[in-house]
Formats: sequence, C-alpha cells, structure tokens
Amino acid sequence: MRQIAIYGKGGIGKSTTTQNLVAALAEAGHKCMIIGCDPKADSTRLILNRKAQNTVMDMAREKGTVEDLELDDVLLRGFKGIKCAESGGPEPGVGCAGRGVITAINFLEENGAYGDDTDFVFYDVLGDVVCGGFAMPIREGKAKEIYIVTSGEMMAMYAANNISRGVLKYAQSGGVRLGGLICNSRETDKEFELISELAAKLGTQMIHFVPRDNEVQRAELRRKTVIEYAPEHKQADEYRTLAKKIADNKNFVVPTPITMDELEKLLMDYGIMEKEEAVA
Amino acid sequence: MTTKIKDTQKMIEDVLSVYPEKSKKERAKHLAANDPTGQCSTCQVKANVKSRPGVMTVRGCAYAGAKGVVWGPVKDQITISHGPIGCGQYSWWSRRNYYNGQTGIDAFGTMHITTDFQEKNIVYGGDKGLDLAIKELHGLFPLGRGIGILSECPVGLIGDDIEAVSKRVAKEINIPIVPVRCEGFRGVSQSLGHHIANDTIKDYVLGKGTLEKTTPYDVNLIGDYNIGGDAWASRKILEEMGLRVIAQYTGDSTINELGIASKAKLNLIHCYRSMNYICRTMEENYGIPWMEFNFFGPTKTFDSIRKIAAKFDEKIRKNSEAVIAKYTPLMEKVVAQYRSKLEGKKVMLYVGGLRPRHTIGAYEDLGMEVVASGYEFGHADDYKRTYPELKEGAVIMDDATLYELEEFTRRLKPDMVGSGIKEKYSYHKLGVPFRQMHSWDYSGPYHGFDGFPVFARDMDMTVNSPTWDLIRRKNEKNL
Repeated sequence: MRQIAIYGKGGIGKSTTTQNLVAALAEAGHKCMIIGCDPKADSTRLILNRKAQNTVMDMAREKGTVEDLELDDVLLRGFKGIKCAESGGPEPGVGCAGRGVITAINFLEENGAYGDDTDFVFYDVLGDVVCGGFAMPIREGKAKEIYIVTSGEMMAMYAANNISRGVLKYAQSGGVRLGGLICNSRETDKEFELISELAAKLGTQMIHFVPRDNEVQRAELRRKTVIEYAPEHKQADEYRTLAKKIADNKNFVVPTPITMDELEKLLMDYGIMEKEEAVA
Repeated sequence: MTTKIKDTQKMIEDVLSVYPEKSKKERAKHLAANDPTGQCSTCQVKANVKSRPGVMTVRGCAYAGAKGVVWGPVKDQITISHGPIGCGQYSWWSRRNYYNGQTGIDAFGTMHITTDFQEKNIVYGGDKGLDLAIKELHGLFPLGRGIGILSECPVGLIGDDIEAVSKRVAKEINIPIVPVRCEGFRGVSQSLGHHIANDTIKDYVLGKGTLEKTTPYDVNLIGDYNIGGDAWASRKILEEMGLRVIAQYTGDSTINELGIASKAKLNLIHCYRSMNYICRTMEENYGIPWMEFNFFGPTKTFDSIRKIAAKFDEKIRKNSEAVIAKYTPLMEKVVAQYRSKLEGKKVMLYVGGLRPRHTIGAYEDLGMEVVASGYEFGHADDYKRTYPELKEGAVIMDDATLYELEEFTRRLKPDMVGSGIKEKYSYHKLGVPFRQMHSWDYSGPYHGFDGFPVFARDMDMTVNSPTWDLIRRKNEKNL
C-alpha cells in the first residue's frame, strides 16, 4: 500500500487533480482511497457524485465522541469502488481544524479503514501546512510520498517551495519523500520550462504537466471526474498519463528548498518578473 | 562582606555544586545570603523568570493564580473552569477560603463547574457549550450575581471568543459575566494569573456596585482571601479601630463589594503580590491611596494599627490606642504560654505571596528565628521588602527546587519547615516538623488577635509534637 499526500496553494486544483488522478488509477484496476483533510469536505465530491454528508468530525460531534463512531458511518464508496472519507471540521474562524484532521486520521487508522486490499491512499490536504494538524498525513510514517500541485503563478510556486520546507523537516526525522511537482497549467508564460526548472532546483521532477481544459469544469459541474464524465476526451488521457507516471514513479527525494531571492531570480530569468532596474 | 554572609554563600555554593554547569550558573542567581542593609550587591536574587526545566519547581500556572487565588473566593460568583476536566477537577473545593452563605443557594465558593471539553469541542470550538452552560447555571442558581469564565489552556490555542460570548449572554441575563484569559501557558508562574484576574475585576466589575452612603472611614481590605477565617479576624480589628470595611478582596466577598471598592478612602493591602495591581488601578482611576500592612503576630499588628490610624483623624487614632491597650495583655498571655517552648527554634519558610516575609514577625514574637525564606513566584519588589525583615546571613530562595529545599534543611537543621502541600510529604518522610503555610493545615485563622493564639498553638504543636520522633528515618545520619 502506498500512502500519498497532495499539497499545494489553496485554489490551485488539488482536489480536482487528485480525484481525476485517483479515478484514472481506479480505472486501471488499482484499489484506491481518498481522505479529505480539509474542513470544507470537498475532496471526494467528484468521486461520490455528491458532497460527502457524513464527515468524521461531524459524525463524532453528532454521536458525542469519536469512540462512538462506526467506520461504516464515515467511509463511503464512489466511482469504481474508490473508498472516500472526509475529516470535516469547523466553520472558518472557530475551533481547531488541525486537531480535527489528527482525530479523523487516527480514527480511520485505528479502525482499519485502509484494509489490506488498498493499493493507494491519497490525502488531499488543505492549502499550506499551517499547523501540526495539517502535517499529520506526513507525520509518524503515514504518507511517505508527497506531490505538490503548482502552476506558473508566483504565489503557487512560493507555496510549493514553502511546502518543500515542511517536507524537508519531516524527511529528516522520518521517511517522507517528495515525489514531484504536478503542474496544473494556468497558461502563464513559459510555464512548462519554469516549473521544470523549479522542480530541478527543489531536487525533484515535474512529474506531469496537466494542460488547462474546460472539460474539467464541465465535468465538475456535473459532480464528476473527466474520467467518468468524458472518458474519451483528451483531458482524460492526461490524467491517465499522470496516474501511470505516479504508479511507476521511483524518483523520491529529500527536497532542497530555495530562498526567496533564488525564487525571484528564477522568475526574472524566465522573464516573468521584470528586473527592478527595468521597472524603475 | 561579613562572615555570616560569606558562610551562607559558601553553603549555597556547596548545595549547587552537584548541578551541571549551566544549571548551577542559573540557579545561583536565585539563591542568596541575606543582607538586611541592602549593601551587598551579590545578595539580591533574580526573580519572576521561567523555571529551569527538570528542577521540579512547585510553581502553579496562570489559571491557578486567577481561579484559585483571586476569583475563586468571590462567593456569589459562579466560576466556570472552561476547558477539559483536569484543571477544574484538580483545583476542586477551594483554598479554604471561608464564606458566609448557603452553598448552592446564594454562595458558590466550593462548587466546581467545568465545560468539560471533549475532542469535538476542540475541533468545533467551545463557544456554544459555554453559552449553554452560562444560561443553565443562571437558571439553576438565580442568586448567582456573576459568572466567571476561567480559561484553561486549550481555549487559548483554538481561539475561542469567550469575550464575545460573555458580552452577548450578559445582555440577555443581565449579570456580569467575566471572561478571564488565564490560559496556563501564559507567564512563568501563577503570578501572571493574579495580574490577569485583577485586570478583569477592573474591566468588568469595579465601579459598578451600589453603596447607599459613604463615610470618611471607608476602607477596603485587599489581598486577604479569608483562609481559615483570616479576613474576618483582620476585619474585626479594623472595625474596632472605627473604620468601615466596605469591601474584602476577595475572601468572603461579593460581586457588589468588588464593585463598590472604588468608593473607599484607603486601600489596605495584605498580600501585595497578588493584588497590588488593583490598588494601583484604584489609585490612578479613583485617586484612592493604598498602604501595605501586616496582621501576623502582635508586634507587627500593633505597628500596622498605628500606621493605618495615622492616615485618619484623632478619633481613629484614639480608638486604635484603645484597641492596642485592650489586646496587649491577651497577646502577652499567648506569648507567655508558648514562648518558653519555642524560644530559639529555627524556622525555614518557602511559600507564596506574602507569608515569606509577613510571618517573620509572628515567629519572632514567639522567640523563633526564620533562618531561610523564599517565594515560589515573587518578584524583585517582594524580595526588596523581605531583605530588611530577615537576619543577616539567612538564606533567600527564589523558585527553589525540591533538591535545594532538602539540602538547605539538612544543613540548616530547622526545627520546623513551613511550606505547601507539594513539599509536605517529602518533609514527613524526612521526619522534619512541617506546617502547611498556604492554607494553615486545616487550621486558622492566623491573622490578627483571633489568629495569633491559633498560630502560636499550631507552631508549638508542630515543633514539639512527639510524633516526629516516631518516624523511622531511612538515613538518620543526614539529619
């Protein structure tokens, strides 16, 4: 069983990419599971064709304590038998979502949610690693593989670099490794080259460049992955390629995060950001 | 530097010699030989800094200071320990802050209420549960005149907005609801909790009570928590002097009392450490002067009575002399009864807010000598007030460790040790006469003229009890 965590800047398309990728893996015959680690609980919507109603924390709140919870209450099956669970958590501005992630993952693990027949477990984690709770999937030898979803936009790259720092911390104390960057294209200038170069600087690879295609949105509106909604579409093949690359990936590294100055230089070298003199 | 100071310093160095270099260097700053003149530059201890990890400090936390000390004794306030069960459970009952009233009807001092956080409250926040708890409590106990929300650590971590809940619900039920941000991880000891609690009294209660009329003799009794009835004994003296105590802070007090304190003419403060903040507030905002006093033992009590009387008119001064004349023979009788049995006995103290210095005079009235004294959570200004009270060469200890306490006991061979519940049983095992000087070992009062006979009896009982000789000591050579 391979446990994989997907990180990346908020809004970059982590959940969409993860679900399409997992749908492609399932289509290829792999047994998969997705654990959504985000209080918004939208990491499994395209697989279940509806928003998950019963998150681990919501059910625990309803029943009183986590101990009163049954696995069947929160573990649902979607497209091609993909197992889905959402940690759930509070509304913005109250409580501690990070603690919710910790509680939910511990519950799923203790109750044997992963089972022996699972090939891949994917953790879809909220935005940045903001606190210990959101680092939970990569702590204590859970997910050993990390993929970072990014694009050619500066803040997405900045986030990718930041997440690499978090990975580095846990790589030193545990076995977690970076498997690569997934470029979810925003069609910015020289995006392919830029992200390939960023990946090289971080000591890893750009495992796949997912082109932008409106078919993804059309599928999303119908609460489906492209794989399910339009299996013949060329975008579905992009996700199949990504899935195959991840299934076959052997390139796992301890990342080498770069400084802010280096990141800015990279952007300047690719002409994204004009030199300060030029601006002046 | 005198020989006495040098000898003590040598002993301190010897005690510290077993520590690793870094610990030794740091702890050395917290231990000193006393110089009552204040001339010796190395005799000032460092205080109010973070305890060294691993040394077994006996300090408490901000929650302990705010709930256990300041807010806990307010009898008609219902105090909620907001957070998981542990803090409320381990601080249950009280510090023996006596009060008049019917518990569960119009007084709530010994009742303990907690919002009992579960995992779900951490994840989703505890605001709703708190809102519900307050309303339920108000329904169950309609004579509760206020509700205090004492934050435990997790409340600060998850960012629960207890201020917003307080404001909203206070409007609905129309009694003061006081949110106290006394999360245990704040500050280095319980001392910050006292400060935080004082500030909430200022923000939510002070100036809001009703008092029909004022007199020129209105005073507040500040920093007396009525442990074993202490505040009652102190109040009695002040009233006999002709003063009117309009508020006790906070032993046997009410929310209204805390509110009307701003109308007093003078603040009389016993425990400076835990309540100097509110005195300064009243001085700044209401122009009320404040003075420290000491009602332990006849010498200090007589002295304090005269100092307090000097702030008032001829009538009060006359009354005060009459009070002193009335109680002098009674106090002489107590001294006559016990002094012969206690003369020359050595005492070691390691306590909290005021006792390390305030009880010295009472021991001296009985012919006893305090050879070492220290504070768990004192600040530099407490030590400054302590140096002149102790004899030259006495040991001054700040945030002492269990090892240091034991070693000083072995070397100084005190006839009794006065300290807290955490130290008590290790002293029982050492076979050293011990008195719990935080809450008087289930006895009291010790303040004033009612207190001194009890104090003297208890010290005699402690020092001269044959029980101590019956304890089998593991290593008798060492003691």
